[in-house]
Parts: sequence; structure tokens; C-alpha cells
Amino acid sequence: MRAPGFLRLLEGPQTLGRGPWFWSVAALVLLAALAYPQMADGYTVGNTVYFFTWAFMALGLCLIWGYGGTLSFGQTAFFGLSGYTYGVLTLNFGAAYGFTLISLLASLAVAAAFAAVLGYFLYFGRISGVFLGIVTLSVTLVFERFMAQTAGPEWRIGTARLNGYNGMSGMPPLTVPWFGGDIILFPDVELYYVVLGLLIATYLGLRILVNSKFGNVLVAIRENPERAEMLGYDIRKYQLIAFVIGAALAGLSGTLYTAWGQYITPSSMSITAAALPIVWVAVGGRGDLTATLVGTLTVLAAFQALTIYGSQYALVVMGVLLVATVLIAPEGLIVSLARVFGRRRRGGA
Amino acid sequence: MPILETRDLNKRFGGLHVTANINFALDDGELHCLIGPNGAGKSTFFRLLLGEHLPSSGNIVYAGEDITALKPFQRIRRGMSVKFQVPGIFKALSARQNLEIALQHHLESTSLGAEVDRLLGFLNLTDVAAQHAGNLSHGQKQWLEIGMAISLKPKLLLLDEPTAGMSPAETHATGEIVKTLNADGVTVLAVEHDMSFVRQVARRVTVLHLGKIFAQGTIDEIVADERVAEIYLGHGHG
Repeated sequence: MRAPGFLRLLEGPQTLGRGPWFWSVAALVLLAALAYPQMADGYTVGNTVYFFTWAFMALGLCLIWGYGGTLSFGQTAFFGLSGYTYGVLTLNFGAAYGFTLISLLASLAVAAAFAAVLGYFLYFGRISGVFLGIVTLSVTLVFERFMAQTAGPEWRIGTARLNGYNGMSGMPPLTVPWFGGDIILFPDVELYYVVLGLLIATYLGLRILVNSKFGNVLVAIRENPERAEMLGYDIRKYQLIAFVIGAALAGLSGTLYTAWGQYITPSSMSITAAALPIVWVAVGGRGDLTATLVGTLTVLAAFQALTIYGSQYALVVMGVLLVATVLIAPEGLIVSLARVFGRRRRGGA
Repeated sequence: MPILETRDLNKRFGGLHVTANINFALDDGELHCLIGPNGAGKSTFFRLLLGEHLPSSGNIVYAGEDITALKPFQRIRRGMSVKFQVPGIFKALSARQNLEIALQHHLESTSLGAEVDRLLGFLNLTDVAAQHAGNLSHGQKQWLEIGMAISLKPKLLLLDEPTAGMSPAETHATGEIVKTLNADGVTVLAVEHDMSFVRQVARRVTVLHLGKIFAQGTIDEIVADERVAEIYLGHGHG
């Protein structure tokens, strides 16, 4: 019996991991991830959730940059916008009756709507290449500067103080209404499973998307936009849709991060914060979702381990890692390794 | 009846008048070649037809509709298609994927595979279907792009130097492909330098010179025209 059409798109030419071997390993990794909270302490589980929250932004950037061919340097603008929106809504209206979940959806909608407006002017204005990177970076830096000067008491939305460079804090964690009492998703086992579920759904959903007709056109635009347009595709619409999806995923990262730590600061939109997702995605391999996911989680864990020796030191190592990747394996370390193994397997067959 | 007409078409880049009052008509079903020396304005004229440049003045009428203000993809959706001089392919994708992307616009998934196979066979690309398009020979890349262009089932096919960089054998094979397409009802307008290709395929030829139509006629008339020989073909060209 054949799988339904959309499930067949889980595998395809735009994703490297294919076949029974890949899915067997993926199933083992999933089982390990499901069992992990039973074996680790609460702090470590919460810390792992922190890693997971960033992966959505990386996957969104992978879609825009790796598949669509346009480098957005400002994904953190959507991260921050969404995080602040969640903070303002929940500080004003609380967490009762599942309002945190409504706030989550509203924050994603705000990030996506802003991306739609910004992306419209970028793509329909035919801004591309390095200029698109400059504009998006400028947007996140403007947001950072603006929020940093909101320290005075006059900067409030309802009861929510924006608090300048110290940022907003005290917003409630995600809360799921349930029979017999709400389930509060503190950064522990419950939040771990929710975020893991979201991450798996996002990853699989994006695999289906990039292997669909939409994904084919997106890759065609990356390879040769003029040819893609001369096949009758309005390439601006495809680029805009990818940009909005990527922004919504960055927004999901921002909201989950805010709910996880119960704070958000302007530094989450700084140039350092804006550069890190590019390192994660480039090191793993921007042209493949699996490589991006694995690369992002690995680099994040390594980055955190390095910060034991000093955060500036860790940032320098990240910079070196990016330069080394660009010089040695421009497609990304994981993608390059996968290609080498693929050639060897074909050679041995 | 013309499928394509330009009316007093002008294009200026600053003080440079690249296309000057071109009134050109292409009949439905024609196989027409556009020739001219370097700098004659052929490429600009081509890009005006495609919508990549907007004219300074004048109109372009396609199938009875004024398409002057339409964007390139809108013109393609009305039945025009193009093959560029430098092969416009998706290099990192396989030859098969290149054709699939071109075809998916108007074919259902169920019939797409068979049509890709048919096109690969027609273009002698079956053996290299799985190869990255960037690794194909120059001639194969040109054929692949012709395949992508014709997969749209165009009414009007615009070819910009379709044999550029090809060997004589490849040029001849390309000429046969173009003639077959024309015999199947596709109107073809080709910008070409290679006179052996023009002789092989064209029934009518237009010569552009200094942004204007300099001469029009059959290939024999054009070759016999001493003024054309002077500006383009060179004296004694047989």
C-alpha cells in the first residue's frame, strides 16, 4: 500500500536523508530523545529545551537561505518581536484559560505579518543578495536600539514595562488548560516533550514543503532566478512565502525562549545574536534541513561548553568555525561528509 | 496573421539609442531568424520582447494583446518561452529535475514522469538524466534548456543563439530539433550568429543594424544582398 501523497514528500531530491537506513537511525534518535528526560536531571533537561528553542529559527533560516538562496541577516528581529509580543500580552492578560497559548499564536502572527510587509518591499522591490542581508540586519539593529532606550516608566504597554536594556521579565510560562488544573510548562520534562514534539512536527513539515512543488521552485530560484521566472513562476511570491515561514519560525523560537526563561532583552536582537544563527546553519549545511538541525544543536552545545572559559572566547571560536567552514566545506560540514559517504557507497556498490 | 508585433519600439540607455523605431511582425507558425553584427541591438530587442527591459516608447503585441507592460513571467504564462544564450539551467539539480520543475507548472504528478522521459529521449539526454546539469557538456546543457523551454508547450519560442559554443554536429542536431518543433506548430524566433544554422532552419531572416531593421527576406535574398554582406557577412561569404 502506498503512503498518502504528502507523506511520500518526506523523502525527495531536496533532502539528503533517505531510505530505510536514514529513517531507522532517525527512529533511534527519537527514542533516545524520548527517553532522555528519564535519565537526566531537571536542569539538564531544561537546558536541552533551551537548545531546542533555537532550532526553529535555524530551520527557518535554512528555508530562506539554504533553499531559497537569500540570506536574511535579521531573523533575530522576528525572534525579538515575537518574544516581546508574548511578554506584553501575557503580562497584561495573564495565563488563565489557556491565554498563553493564544499569546503564542498571536506572537507568531505578529512576526509573520511584519515579515510579510518587510518581505513585500524587499522582494517586490527586487532587493537581493548582500543588500537583502544589509536591510534585514539593519532592521534587527533598529529594533535592538529602540528597545534598549525604553528604560523609563513611560515605556509601557498596559501593565507591561519594556524596561530598556534590562528587558522584560516575569511573564508566565506556557500553560495548557487541563481537566483538574492547568498544566504549567516550566522548563522541565513537560516543556521538553512539548518543544520536542513541535520540533519534530516542524522538521517533518519542512521536509514535506521542500520536496513539494513549492520547494522545487524555491530551489530553482536559488539556482537561477531568471530561468525560474522564464518558466512562468512569479519568483517574488515564492521568496516572500519562504521569508514569512522563516520569520514565523524565528518568532516561534523567540516566544518559546521567552516562555522558557520568562524574560526577553534587546540583546536577543543584537548583531552578535543575529550572526549566531548564520554560524549554526552554515556549519551544519544550509542546503539541507537535517544537516541544519544536527549542526545547530551540536554547535549550540559546543558554544555553551566553551562559555565556561568566557563568552567572548566562545564567540571567537564561533567566528573561526564559520570562516573554516566557508573555506574548507562551503556546503557545510555535515552536508560535505554526507556527500563523501554517498560517493564511497556508490563507489563500493 | 502575426503572433507577435512590435510597433515603433524604441529603447534608449541614456543617450544611447539601442533600438530605434522597430516595426517587426512575426507570423503564426513561422521559423524566423534575427541576425546582425555585434552591437546591432539584437539582445536588447530580445530582452524587450521578454519584458526584461521596458521600452522607452512603442508597443509589443502578442496574440492580439498589448503585453508591453507585462512582467516576464506573465508573458511566459501567455504562451511565450525562451532559451538563453548562456544555458539558463539549474546546475545543482539533475537533468531530470530541471525538466520536472519546468513541467510541474502545468502537468499533474501522474503524467509528469512520462513527459520527462519523452523529452529526455527527444533531446538525446536519457543517458545523463541523473547527472547534475552543471556537469553536462555544453551542447547537452543547451539541449536541456531547449527542453525546459518547450516543456511549457509554447506558442512562441524565442531562442537566443541556441548553438553558441556548439560543435558543427551539435549545431546540426539543434537545427533538426528546432525544425521538428516548428513542424509541430511552434512559432520560432531565433537570434543567431551561426550562418550554417540560419541556412538550415530559417525561412525568413531579419537583419538588424545599429538598432534598426536593415533588411528582411528569405535566406537566399539576404545572402545575395550585398549591403548585408558588407555590414555583417563579409564579402565573398558563400
